[in-house]
Amino acid sequence: MLIKPKRPWDLPYSDVTPEAAYHSRRDFIKVAAAGAIGAVASSVVGRAEGAQTPQGLPDLPNVKKSSYVPDAEIDPVNSYAQITNYNNYYEFGTAKADPARYASRLTTRPWTVKIDGMVGKPGDYAIDDLIKNNQLEERIYRHRCVEGWSYVIPWVGFPLKTLIDKVQPTSQAKYVEFTTLMRASEMPGLQTANIPFPYIEGLRLDEAMHPLTLVVVGLYGKTLPNQNGAPIRIHIPWKYGFKSGKSIVHIKFTDIQPKNTWAVETPNEYGFYANVNPTVDHPRWSQAKERRLPGLFKDRPTLMFNGYGEQVASLYAGMDLRKYF
Amino acid sequence: MKRLSALIDTVAGWRFFKPLVFVACLTPGTWLAYRAYQALALGQELALGADPVKTFEHETGLTALTILLITLSITPVRRLLHANRLQRVRRMLGVWSFTYALVHLSMYLVFDQSCYSVGTCEFHAIWEDILKRRFIFVGMFAFSILLALAITSTNGWVRRLKKNWQRLHRLVYVAAVAGIVHFIWIQKSDFRVPFRYGFWLLVLLAVRVGLTIQKRRAHVPKPVTA
Repeated sequence: MLIKPKRPWDLPYSDVTPEAAYHSRRDFIKVAAAGAIGAVASSVVGRAEGAQTPQGLPDLPNVKKSSYVPDAEIDPVNSYAQITNYNNYYEFGTAKADPARYASRLTTRPWTVKIDGMVGKPGDYAIDDLIKNNQLEERIYRHRCVEGWSYVIPWVGFPLKTLIDKVQPTSQAKYVEFTTLMRASEMPGLQTANIPFPYIEGLRLDEAMHPLTLVVVGLYGKTLPNQNGAPIRIHIPWKYGFKSGKSIVHIKFTDIQPKNTWAVETPNEYGFYANVNPTVDHPRWSQAKERRLPGLFKDRPTLMFNGYGEQVASLYAGMDLRKYF
Repeated sequence: MKRLSALIDTVAGWRFFKPLVFVACLTPGTWLAYRAYQALALGQELALGADPVKTFEHETGLTALTILLITLSITPVRRLLHANRLQRVRRMLGVWSFTYALVHLSMYLVFDQSCYSVGTCEFHAIWEDILKRRFIFVGMFAFSILLALAITSTNGWVRRLKKNWQRLHRLVYVAAVAGIVHFIWIQKSDFRVPFRYGFWLLVLLAVRVGLTIQKRRAHVPKPVTA
């Protein structure tokens, strides 16, 4: 008989969201109902929650619903239009609307992900095999950008752990490095964004193996749109968004800490760990609060590890998170 | 060249010129307001982009800076082209720049710092923001200058301050430099637009210095040589 222990992350998120966050939302609605500005805000929020359906992209087969779903009352899912029209994807330009405008040029087939380095089964893995050979599930994750805004996104994907288990990293491997596609003919931002390319991100191996770390191939039950990092990206919900590399072409297992792009570009502002942390400010703005788009007020308290502390805090036991930001 | 000068001066002297400039200055704000109406009343959720507050903050800030640089361009253009009647719109342009800066700052206070009532306003957080973040400090500094200049822009204050009025209002150059620095310091990696604005200001400052030197030469009597 298979005994499945109840793991902490199987709890509904309503149980782990601090009461303060819940009440602050109540307050927000009260204020919204009172003032004229508030009336404006609530009408925006109200409308954004209305159903907007994805169009054009094919459905993904056999998507299982998962228990990784926050309380819809506290974290209502953002609309498809919002998620696909507001993106940081500098390969297509630095403006938030640039990826939606230019990413349709991107060719996502054929596509292979090169897996190499300190690994037992290196090779070129075709995207369609990765999709076919893994049980896809829908997970609704909070997404917190280092810039101070956040979304709630229904991703479709599979745990990175299942892929790592298959390719069998050697005992020397300590880190995983992700490289994003760099293709000048389809990516106009490579000329103008003024950061080093290709975009590199990385995780410690135990972070990469954490059950929350997701390989994403879809959104809203459909194939992932190009502007969101098609055909394959990572999402690490307890870290700032820039950690979650898009359109990945190369996964390397290594024993040295990857030099991730933003930490190389501006080392005093962006680190390797980039865990969501309300007590460690970005030099140019406070991280204590966030704006849950499309809301207007930046008054939502940011949660430690983006609210996933119960699941991931042990990864960082004894570490000075001010130093390792 | 003479013809162009005469044409510009004639247009500037036209009785509808000032109302026309007024409407032009109102346009960016109207466009924002119209998109806000689309987003709120008509439910077009992306009319102002996915982050409406950020769109408002960015566009009002950029408009304030643009109008400020146009304001500063009036005197050099007027002097170089002898189109003296351009002077009629300079004060109005300056006040418009201040108006957009005021909306820009209000957006930050109301939406980023929850200052929609005294009870919700986090004065401590704002104060900390001003002291800790250099781009906010320099932006507040620029705004303080624009505020002082807007208040003293009336005829009454021109009379009362006499010679000091012009001295005070030269601070507009300091405000413009601070505004550009504010713009540069909020960028993450792509500096093309703020650098373009910075270049525009450098040209204006160079022209200004050139004109001042020319004026001094014209006024200072030649030293007597033995």
